Amino acid sequence: MTTNKPPIVRMQKLHKHFGSLHVLNDIDLEITPGEVVVIIGASGSGKSTLIRCINGLEEFQSGLLEVDGNLLKPMGKSTKALQTIRTEVGMVFQQFNLFPHLSVIDNVTLAPIKVRGQRRDQAIETAKRLLARVGIADQANKYPSQLSGGQQQRVALARALAMEPRLMLFDEPTSALDPEMIGEVLDAMRELAKEGMTMVIVTHEMGFAREVADRVIFIHKGEIAEQGAPEQLFDAPQHERTQAFLARVLKH
Amino acid sequence: MDVNFQFDWSAALASIPHLLPGIPWTLAISFGGLAIGFIIGIFFGLLRLSPVAWMRWLASVYIEVFRGTPILVQVLFIFYGLPQLLDGPINALTAGIAAIAVNSGAYISEIVRGGVQSIERGQREASLSLGLSRAQAFRYVIWPQALRRMVPPLGNQAIISIKDTSLFSVIGVGELVRQGQIYIATTFTALEVYFVVALMYLAITWTLSLLLRYFERSNLADQ
Ligand SMILES: Nc1ncnc2c1ncn2[C@@H]1O[C@H](COP(=O)(O)OP(=O)(O)OP(=O)(O)O)[C@@H](O)[C@H]1O
Ligand SMILES: [Mg+2]
Repeated sequence: MTTNKPPIVRMQKLHKHFGSLHVLNDIDLEITPGEVVVIIGASGSGKSTLIRCINGLEEFQSGLLEVDGNLLKPMGKSTKALQTIRTEVGMVFQQFNLFPHLSVIDNVTLAPIKVRGQRRDQAIETAKRLLARVGIADQANKYPSQLSGGQQQRVALARALAMEPRLMLFDEPTSALDPEMIGEVLDAMRELAKEGMTMVIVTHEMGFAREVADRVIFIHKGEIAEQGAPEQLFDAPQHERTQAFLARVLKH
Repeated sequence: MDVNFQFDWSAALASIPHLLPGIPWTLAISFGGLAIGFIIGIFFGLLRLSPVAWMRWLASVYIEVFRGTPILVQVLFIFYGLPQLLDGPINALTAGIAAIAVNSGAYISEIVRGGVQSIERGQREASLSLGLSRAQAFRYVIWPQALRRMVPPLGNQAIISIKDTSLFSVIGVGELVRQGQIYIATTFTALEVYFVVALMYLAITWTLSLLLRYFERSNLADQ
C-alpha cells in the first residue's frame, strides 16, 4: 500500500521478552488507516503477543510504538496515552470474553456509558443498531450464556464497535467456534472490512485471509519473516519457512 | 436426689419462652459481627491482591493472626484484656460483635481474595480493551461476578459465626446458651433445655441455608 496518510500504527525495533523468552524480535510494522492486515504463523510464534502490544495488554521492553499519534513507552507506564489508545482500539478475543453477569445490551453499552459518558438511552440506541448490523437484534435482552458461540462473538464485535474504534484487533476470532458458526462471524468481519475499518487479524482461516487482506504478515519465532499482498504471499512465498508453514496449513 | 432419665417434653416446652429472648442477642452478635467482618474482609482481601508487597504482607499478618487463634481467646482478650488498655469497660455485646467481626473478617478476606482471583483474566482484558480504567473494570465487571461466586462460602462463614456466638456465654452476654444456663440453674433440666437450644440454632442456620439456596438459584437464573 502506498498512500501518504500517516500510519495509524507504527512499531519500530520492538522487542518483547517473557522472562528469558524473546517473544518479539525487532518488529518493524506500519499500518495505514483503512488497511486490513492479516497475521499468520505457527502456534507460539508471537502473533497474539504482537497485537496485544498494540492496545497495551502486553508491555514491551524496548522499541517504539505509536498508535494514532499516542506514544507508548517501553515497560508500560504511559497511562494517559495508553488510556487514549484503548478507547480508540477495539479488540475481539478468541474466547469472546463477554461479561456473563450483564445482558447483551448491557455488555454493549457499558463502555460507551462509563468511558465515553454517553447517555443511557443514546447508548442503547447505538447498541441496537450495532446488534442489528451483526444480525442479532433479537437477542438484546438475553445473557451471553443463552447464546451460541457465533452469536456471542458477534456480540463481542458489536461491543467493541460501540466505542467507535479507529482500529480493530482480532485474535483468532473464530478458533473457539464450531465449524458451522465460523461463517457468520467472518461475514460480519468482511462487512466491517468493506466499510473501511482498519483491521489487524490473527487467524488460521487462510481462505478468508486471502479474500479480505490487503497485506499478509507471516511471523516466525517472533520475527516478521515475510509480508506482502495475499496473492504474493500465498501463491509465491519467498521464504522457506513461509512455504513450509503454508504447505502444512493449506493441506487440510 | 431422684435421677430422671426420662426426656421430659413438658419441661422442654416450658423452657421455650425463657430461651427465646436469647435469639435476638444471638442474631445481633452474629449479623452485627458479620456485617463488620464483611467490610474487614473486603479490605484485607483486596489488600492481599495488591501489587504492593507490604500491603499484601499486612493483610497476610491480619489473616494469619485471627485465623490462627481461637475465637474464645479473642473474645476473652477483647472483653477482659482490652479494658486494661483502654482504661474503661467494654460491654459484652460490643465485645461479642467485635470478636465475630475480627474473626470472620479474617476468613472473609480469604473468600474475597479467592472470589476475585477466580474471575478469568479475559474479563479484565476485555474491560481494559474497551477503555475502562482498572478501577472501572473492577467495579463493573470483576467485583459483581466475584461477589456471586462468594455467596456460598460467605453463607458457610455466616453459619460458622452464628454457632461461634454460643461461646460468648463466657462473657455473660445474654445469647441463647447464656439464657439456657440461667434457666437450667433454677430448673436443673439440662437435657431438655440444651436440646431446645440446639433446635433453635438449627432453626436459625437452616433458615439461612434456605435463603442462600434461594438466592443462589435466582442468581443463576439471570445469567
Ligand atoms: N504471559 C506469558 N508468560 C510467559 N510466556 C508467555 C506468555 N504469553 C505467551 N507466552 C509465550 O510467548 C510465546 C508467544 O505466545 P503467543 O501467544 O503470542 O503466540 P501465538 O502466535 O499467538 O500462538 P497461538 O497460535 O498458539 O495463539 C509462546 O511461546 C508463549 O508460550
Ligand atoms: Mg495466539
